[in-house]
Amino acid sequence: MTMWVDFIIVAVLLLDLMMLSSSRIRNCIQIAAVQGTLVGLMPLFVESHPGALSPVVASFFSIFLKGVVFPWLLFRALREANIRKEVEPIGGYPLSLLMGVVMFAMGFWLSKRLLYPDPFVPALGAPVSFATFFTGVFLIISRMKAITQVIGYLILENGIYLFGAVFLGGQSLLVELAILLDIFAAVFVMGITIFHINREFDHIDTQKLSELKDIITSK
Amino acid sequence: MLTVLLITVPLLLGLVSFFIRDDFKRRVLIVVCSSAHLVLTGLVWGNGDGVNPGAWFAFDHTGVVFLAITSLLFFGASFYGIEYLSGENHHEDNKDEKRRLFSREAVFSGCFLLFLSTMTFVVASQHLAVLWVGIEATTLASAPLIYFHRTKRSLEATWKYLLICSVGIAVALLGVFFLAVADHHREEMLLGQMIASARDINVPWLKAAFLLLFVGYGTKMGLAPFHTWLPDAHSEAPSVVSALLSGALLNCAFLGILRGYQICIAAGLQSYCQEIFIVFGLVSMAFAAVFILGQTDYKRMLAYSSVEHMGMIIFGIGVGESAVFGALVNMLGHSLTKAGLFFVAGNILSYFGTKRIADIQGILTGKMRWSGALWMTGFLLITGTPPSGIFLGKFIILKETLFQGRNGLAVVFLATLGVIFIGMARIFIMMTLGGTAPQGNQDNFYNRNTFLRIWVPALFFVLVITLGVYFPYWLKSALGEVAHELGGG
Amino acid sequence: MPAKIAQFILVLTLSPFLFGVLNRTKAFFAGRKGSPLLQLYYDIFKLLRKGAVYSTTTTWVFIAGPVVSLSAVITASFLIPWAGHPAVIQFDGDIILFIYLLGLARFFTVLAALDTGSSFEGMGASREMQFALFAEPALFLSLASLARVTGQMSFSGIFSTGVINFWPVYGPVFFLVFGAVFIVFLAENSRIPVDDPNTHLELTMIHEVMVLDHGGVDFAYILYGAAVKFWLLGTLLAGMFLGASSRGWMMDSAVFILQMSVLAVIVGVVESTLARLRLLKVPHFLIIALALSAVAFILTMRS
Repeated sequence: MTMWVDFIIVAVLLLDLMMLSSSRIRNCIQIAAVQGTLVGLMPLFVESHPGALSPVVASFFSIFLKGVVFPWLLFRALREANIRKEVEPIGGYPLSLLMGVVMFAMGFWLSKRLLYPDPFVPALGAPVSFATFFTGVFLIISRMKAITQVIGYLILENGIYLFGAVFLGGQSLLVELAILLDIFAAVFVMGITIFHINREFDHIDTQKLSELKDIITSK
Repeated sequence: MLTVLLITVPLLLGLVSFFIRDDFKRRVLIVVCSSAHLVLTGLVWGNGDGVNPGAWFAFDHTGVVFLAITSLLFFGASFYGIEYLSGENHHEDNKDEKRRLFSREAVFSGCFLLFLSTMTFVVASQHLAVLWVGIEATTLASAPLIYFHRTKRSLEATWKYLLICSVGIAVALLGVFFLAVADHHREEMLLGQMIASARDINVPWLKAAFLLLFVGYGTKMGLAPFHTWLPDAHSEAPSVVSALLSGALLNCAFLGILRGYQICIAAGLQSYCQEIFIVFGLVSMAFAAVFILGQTDYKRMLAYSSVEHMGMIIFGIGVGESAVFGALVNMLGHSLTKAGLFFVAGNILSYFGTKRIADIQGILTGKMRWSGALWMTGFLLITGTPPSGIFLGKFIILKETLFQGRNGLAVVFLATLGVIFIGMARIFIMMTLGGTAPQGNQDNFYNRNTFLRIWVPALFFVLVITLGVYFPYWLKSALGEVAHELGGG
Repeated sequence: MPAKIAQFILVLTLSPFLFGVLNRTKAFFAGRKGSPLLQLYYDIFKLLRKGAVYSTTTTWVFIAGPVVSLSAVITASFLIPWAGHPAVIQFDGDIILFIYLLGLARFFTVLAALDTGSSFEGMGASREMQFALFAEPALFLSLASLARVTGQMSFSGIFSTGVINFWPVYGPVFFLVFGAVFIVFLAENSRIPVDDPNTHLELTMIHEVMVLDHGGVDFAYILYGAAVKFWLLGTLLAGMFLGASSRGWMMDSAVFILQMSVLAVIVGVVESTLARLRLLKVPHFLIIALALSAVAFILTMRS
């Protein structure tokens, strides 16, 4: 069992790196979906109440949302907004990839600092979930399109979810579902906003959303 | 029972109002709903809601005070909204568009009530993960409100608000999970239980959890340097929404931080948190001071003033002891004053049609004289000129800072307040002086519908002045209880 | 000792054979019959009988290039264990010597290429060095990870402990290291998708373009050196699937040669199914190896 957990966790990490190095928005959405599915599987493996129904339900809903609904929403936004298919990162792909490694090292260092009282938690859980979290933040900062920022948000949520699944196997089901519902609503609203942005501006390059700022040069 | 009603009534009415096609009915519905909410709030304040220690939703002293502020602001906003919305919509000629299902105003009304419901949800939450759910929900409910004007600028503001706040709140979710790890013997993260057994909490994890909660909810609260969404959203949202964002929403996020702080106090980490509070409080005030000085947009100026006040409040909590009480008074005063100011700003915007300070002159004359007078009053109140309630709050904070011998902090505190006063005075005076307000065309819709748009902010200002002149005993004891819960004297 | 000498001789004699297997695999996928399995031997012997023509602009460096490269590679082959049995020479830290011997070989190849004064060869040399910049640290980190996992500091130590027994515990590490070393392996041996050994289009060549001016004996040295290098790096990959040696030297050797042949087949399949990357994308590909190995190395630091 632990070996499977380890493999899932490392796969999540590799998907982070793939995400950082892939140049097509379509691929990015697929990677986020696969990662979401893997992360959604975690409650089945890390389990504190044997035989309970709640991990299965939680797992089902998170896989359904992260693996099916979110990609569908994003693909729809991609299609309707008729977006150019390139990701266009700041700093280029190799740099992003190296940043991914740096972020993993950071996550590793951080998890060394915070010793967990329970020895039964997979040792890789914390570093990889931190790394995924940082990757999400990095994607949001370094990718300019609204849709890639949403993908970054999803990755970030995956990291948090992984952390929750690894460390808190037995959270209350209702709370977990409420959190998932919130994230779903967030992605949904963001999807609608992307649609509006595309309609208003004819692009979704958030770097060009710069009308609102403080230093206004004389007009 | 009251708690459930408080959350579900606005929720259901909000869902209903999405489907109402008639503008007038919807506006009445909002007024009815917020009035009912205020009445229920009064009942909760009076009787309490039989706190059940295992319940997810209950009102402790802190929750009730935050609920009261929220409810009062919504009450005012709903009345102000009647005239404001008709003013915004009257030139929309296309009657079919107006009566369409999910018209612009229907979405507005629905989200407005959902916003109220989610905020009540937040202040009532005793479960920290549920609290998180509520705060994220407030973001989602308010995003469509910011996009009300359907312009490029409002869209940009909405996107920044959504993304920055969602990411910030995601950080807070990680913080909530950290907190659960720190207290890993527990299945339910109920505040009361966690405080009761806080001595057993794992300290490094709790520290990390508090930092994450602080950064996460601090983003939503508008603390510098995470405040970047705030000026954009406040300036582009309809004024009635800006008032609620500034007066109620920021407080809700603040409550999220305070819940974490309560656990830290019980775990003996009070001084650790206080240092963070003081640093970020002063940084926020300094940021606000810099950006107010060169400001060209009066709604953005108000937004930065909110950043300043959030900084001041958190600074007060950080100083501790009696300053906590001062911070609470300041929060109360700020919510009322800032909401009133945004209402008045809405009047000015409706009349002049511009947010640029340089384009506005002589607001004390002509048709604008009443709004102009309120605008100047609001300025004096928000900068803490006696007899403003904010003066009282600031004064208590300052007194406690000096009393503790932290003279350096006191000097920085006063200096930033001075700079902000100068910056805001310049702007308000520029808007007041310089000739007369243009008479505008007499057909201006705004001219004919100003009764509530003047009286609602006026009422708020009267309340703030009352607070400065006469501080009722029941309020003092209520705030005292809250201050006690937050580690103050 | 006789076994050690035998395995050293086997490495030197069998290396060109792997290329035969590889080319046969590619031919199979292309639907051709392909060259004989021993083609590379014929080529080398043919070239050895020929003389070389040297350009007047070249100096002794040009002649030294292939010689030094080949001798460096052969020296490196002393360090590489055979089928889980210790190498001829072994000491703690021979990993580093190995990598630097390969670096020396590369350095002289590049110098010889630059010595011709041809712009084409200069271009190839520049590319070679650029890619080495990423490939070398990746190899370093991969071997360091293996060393940490097995607790051994020499090749013989690492590969004679029965690496396959570590897989259940350190599965993810091996998985990542294997990926990284495989990419480095493809790059160092100028295989698709980094370089295409068959093309002679100067604009896209890397290794081939550096040795265009070599002929006769020199070129034979280069071809042979490449074959031995292929074998040596391949040993690192095959070694990760070795059990603890138990079945006697003869049996182990047979299994090992089979493993190496399988590796050659796999490379052949990769070459037949993938397209060459755009030159601009190659650093990206190598950085993936670097990232994988860095992650693997960080993973070994737990516990």
